[in-house]
Amino acid sequence: MSTKLNVLSHVMVPDHQLMSEEEVSALLSRYHITTEQLPKIYHDDPAVKVIDAKVDDVIRIIRKSHTAGRAEAYRLVIRRPKK
Amino acid sequence: MPSPKRIGKIEFGLLSPKEIREMSVRKIIWADTYDDDGFPYPQGLMDLNLGVIDPGLRCKTCDQKASDCPGHFGHIELAKPVIHVGYTRLIRKLLRVTCRSCGRVLLSPDEVEKVVGTDEDQTGDQISEKDVKKERVCPHCGEQQLKINFEKPTTFSEVVVEDGRKVEHKLTPADIRARLEKIPDEDLIALGINPKVARPEWTILTVLPVPPVTMRPSIILENGQRSEDDLTHKLVDIIRINQRFKENQDAGAPQLIIEDLWELLQYHVTTYLDNEVAGCPPARHRSGRPLKTLSQRLKGKDGRFRGSLSGKRVNFSSRTVISPDPNLSVAEVGIPRAVANEMTVPVRVTPYNIEDLKQIARNGPVRPDVNAPCGANYVIRPDNRRLRLGPDNLDTVADMIEPGWTVERQLRDGDIVLFNRQPSLHRMSIMAHRIKVMEGRTFRLNPAVCPPYNADFDGDEMNLHVPQTEEARAEAFILCSVQENILSPRFGGPIIGGIHDHISGIFMLTHDPRWFNKEETLYLLKPVKIEHMPPAGKTENGIEYWSNKQVFSQILPVALNMVFKASSCQNCDTCKKDLCERDAYVRIIDGKLESGTIDKKAIGAFDGQIVNRIIRQYGMKRAAEFIDQVTKLSIRGIMFDGFSFGIDDEDLSKTEYGQIDDVLNSAAIDVTRRIKIYEDGQLEPMPGRTIEETLEMQIMQVLGKARDQTGQIAGRHLGLGNSAVVMAVSGARGSMLNLTQMAGCIGQQSVRGERIVRGYDDRTLPHFKKGDRGADAHGFIAHSYKGGLNPTEFFFHAIGGREGLVDTAVRTSQSGYLQRRMINALQDLKVAYDGTVRTTGGRIIQFQYGEDSTDPTKSAFGDPVDVKGIVEAVLKEEV
Repeated sequence: MSTKLNVLSHVMVPDHQLMSEEEVSALLSRYHITTEQLPKIYHDDPAVKVIDAKVDDVIRIIRKSHTAGRAEAYRLVIRRPKK
Repeated sequence: MPSPKRIGKIEFGLLSPKEIREMSVRKIIWADTYDDDGFPYPQGLMDLNLGVIDPGLRCKTCDQKASDCPGHFGHIELAKPVIHVGYTRLIRKLLRVTCRSCGRVLLSPDEVEKVVGTDEDQTGDQISEKDVKKERVCPHCGEQQLKINFEKPTTFSEVVVEDGRKVEHKLTPADIRARLEKIPDEDLIALGINPKVARPEWTILTVLPVPPVTMRPSIILENGQRSEDDLTHKLVDIIRINQRFKENQDAGAPQLIIEDLWELLQYHVTTYLDNEVAGCPPARHRSGRPLKTLSQRLKGKDGRFRGSLSGKRVNFSSRTVISPDPNLSVAEVGIPRAVANEMTVPVRVTPYNIEDLKQIARNGPVRPDVNAPCGANYVIRPDNRRLRLGPDNLDTVADMIEPGWTVERQLRDGDIVLFNRQPSLHRMSIMAHRIKVMEGRTFRLNPAVCPPYNADFDGDEMNLHVPQTEEARAEAFILCSVQENILSPRFGGPIIGGIHDHISGIFMLTHDPRWFNKEETLYLLKPVKIEHMPPAGKTENGIEYWSNKQVFSQILPVALNMVFKASSCQNCDTCKKDLCERDAYVRIIDGKLESGTIDKKAIGAFDGQIVNRIIRQYGMKRAAEFIDQVTKLSIRGIMFDGFSFGIDDEDLSKTEYGQIDDVLNSAAIDVTRRIKIYEDGQLEPMPGRTIEETLEMQIMQVLGKARDQTGQIAGRHLGLGNSAVVMAVSGARGSMLNLTQMAGCIGQQSVRGERIVRGYDDRTLPHFKKGDRGADAHGFIAHSYKGGLNPTEFFFHAIGGREGLVDTAVRTSQSGYLQRRMINALQDLKVAYDGTVRTTGGRIIQFQYGEDSTDPTKSAFGDPVDVKGIVEAVLKEEV
């Protein structure tokens, strides 16, 4: 039995966080958008699986940025189409 | 004008025979076009119901003139159905996945569900040929399936096993059509076909649409003969064969003849649709030229999409060779008188400009010389009639002009035009210039604007476009003018600046302290707009002298403060600052050059520190002015001393040649010594390398060092008195390495970073012994370009040179394709007012443009704020 690797603890994987409902509605009203207009991420993405996000959840990704130092991005979890 | 509407959806389908007959205005039965009187035959291919192309005639369908009638379709009833070549792959798939007797898909409902999914949970997949096993039994009716063979271009056959032998049984288009008709609608959806708009049997043609004459016009040759369009020729063939086919069918001709005619009809319909089908000889014109049929009209670079829709030829444009003129401003472009006379700008007549425009009309279409006022070629009346201005009607037309008319005025100095050089790789490839009418036949431009266009004068041609409306001119000037494009969005620095002689000239002018008397100072500053002379720097024997730094300071803005290191800086460990023996420490205090040499770092394109600072502090306009002045001053500077380079500038003295020989000899001895060590098996391999690799690296290192030493020896002899050294040090052109190769030693030639090893068995050339690992046997060139190469060296040099050429050729094609894909992916993105990057549909791509919302054009070489520069400008000192 192998120990499962937590991808988030890898240096090259940026921090993924599950957003609460209030945070999501604040985000959507801040940009005047619907969830459909957010960038997407597949539900079976390794990082999504670690934070246990489900389809239609929104996750926050905090990256190190060359230009800004720290940058936040948001992605909507969607189902991966078969094939 | 109709209001814009949002497109809800687009449906793609096939034309059904019913639709073809419904949209047809005439059944076409005669292959002939015109009768002896030149009048179209009724029911012929040029029937007047299909639209008209001859002026004067009226369309029998819509009763409009040739210019207004859009044309109407006709149709041909085919004697027997034929296959549409464009759908052979679909037909093949359908024949293979459906039953030959009942027409159902050869999969049980469960199997279908596995591929397509249930109604609620669809996979988005469709049944493909791979999902159906070959020669299985139909799950619906139990019929044994046969293998379907397809032979290009349009032959289908079934493989029947007879007496243990495989026999191919040909399927006629009629058979295929019958089978496709049997496929039920429900099964088609699983196959990815919407039966409402595309029944599969419609891929087999029973009736052929005849396109309107307007899309296949005949042309009348000089001798009065009519020449028909390729499509018309092909339609004539189809009708002829179709007619013969019908006659033979009615007469009850033998099966063999019918089959032959059927195949012939199939061939003609196939080539009518696509004349470049594999396995089918192209239909040819009488002259032997392949006909340009339907698909050839659409395909490829000159086809309808790439050639007529995405890009097309335009009016009000001009193209000619370019040549340099340093006396023009960077924002100007010199155009030949012939171009200025031909190209026009429409000007609406108002009570305010009527007198000027009347005079322009009186000047007429011929401008005698470049200084003459511009004329006009046409005037347009309010009813849109154009009156051509000629030598005899100038005054009559000019007197008729009233407010409301339009005068098409010729170009004159100061007009705004767009100037472009292909390939247009970035936005600076098209910039707005103000024109200057000149004699000659070329476009003239200031060499300082060559870098953004990537232009040189070895025969380059450029294009010029004249905006026709006030809005277009304003937009061009505000967004695309040269001064707005000095900064490149690529790296946030100036892309326009001095090149070549500008840099050599300003270097020679400003390097080391020099003094000029009044006459010389005025000669240098003559092209520069200054109000008065500065006070003299020193007075000797009653004669006033001005320093070279003073002269340069005249073109600097008065409050400019900056400190930087010039291109000639050697990056010493401890900077001697003002006492730098190379005079490479540039200090500008309050608009005065206190120390240092002005060169590529200060005013060059891509670097231009001073230009950059002037843009930030004083704006684009002042920077453009500075570039104009610095280029003019530097040209004077280079003319003051004169500047040339000849073969004897590469000469060294006897001592240097002796030293170079010594260096090369000792290097050769060192190489043989190392080879000896290797051959004795004494060589210690470097970590991670084989012994051979270690030896190669050592040899490369020794030879590289030797070449550098020859360069240093040559450099010691060649000082700043040498033009090539001036160019290399100032950054104008070339490097010290080029000089080393000319005067000292060319050095090792390499292929893929290694010494040259390919050639014959164990040797590069038959001039060497097998297994020779020496320097000269593997591409080391001990001679210089000046001294001349021996034959083996020459050959190695050609090998190394070829690699460079291949690399550039490969790189340009690869990066071109990369850029094309990149542009296609990014072209419609824009930065919204809230700083997000979005698609046209409002979908977010980036939450903050570039994550820091910084426009790279306005950044300081990548950083949002140039803190160091600002602090230095305030403290007037390096920090």
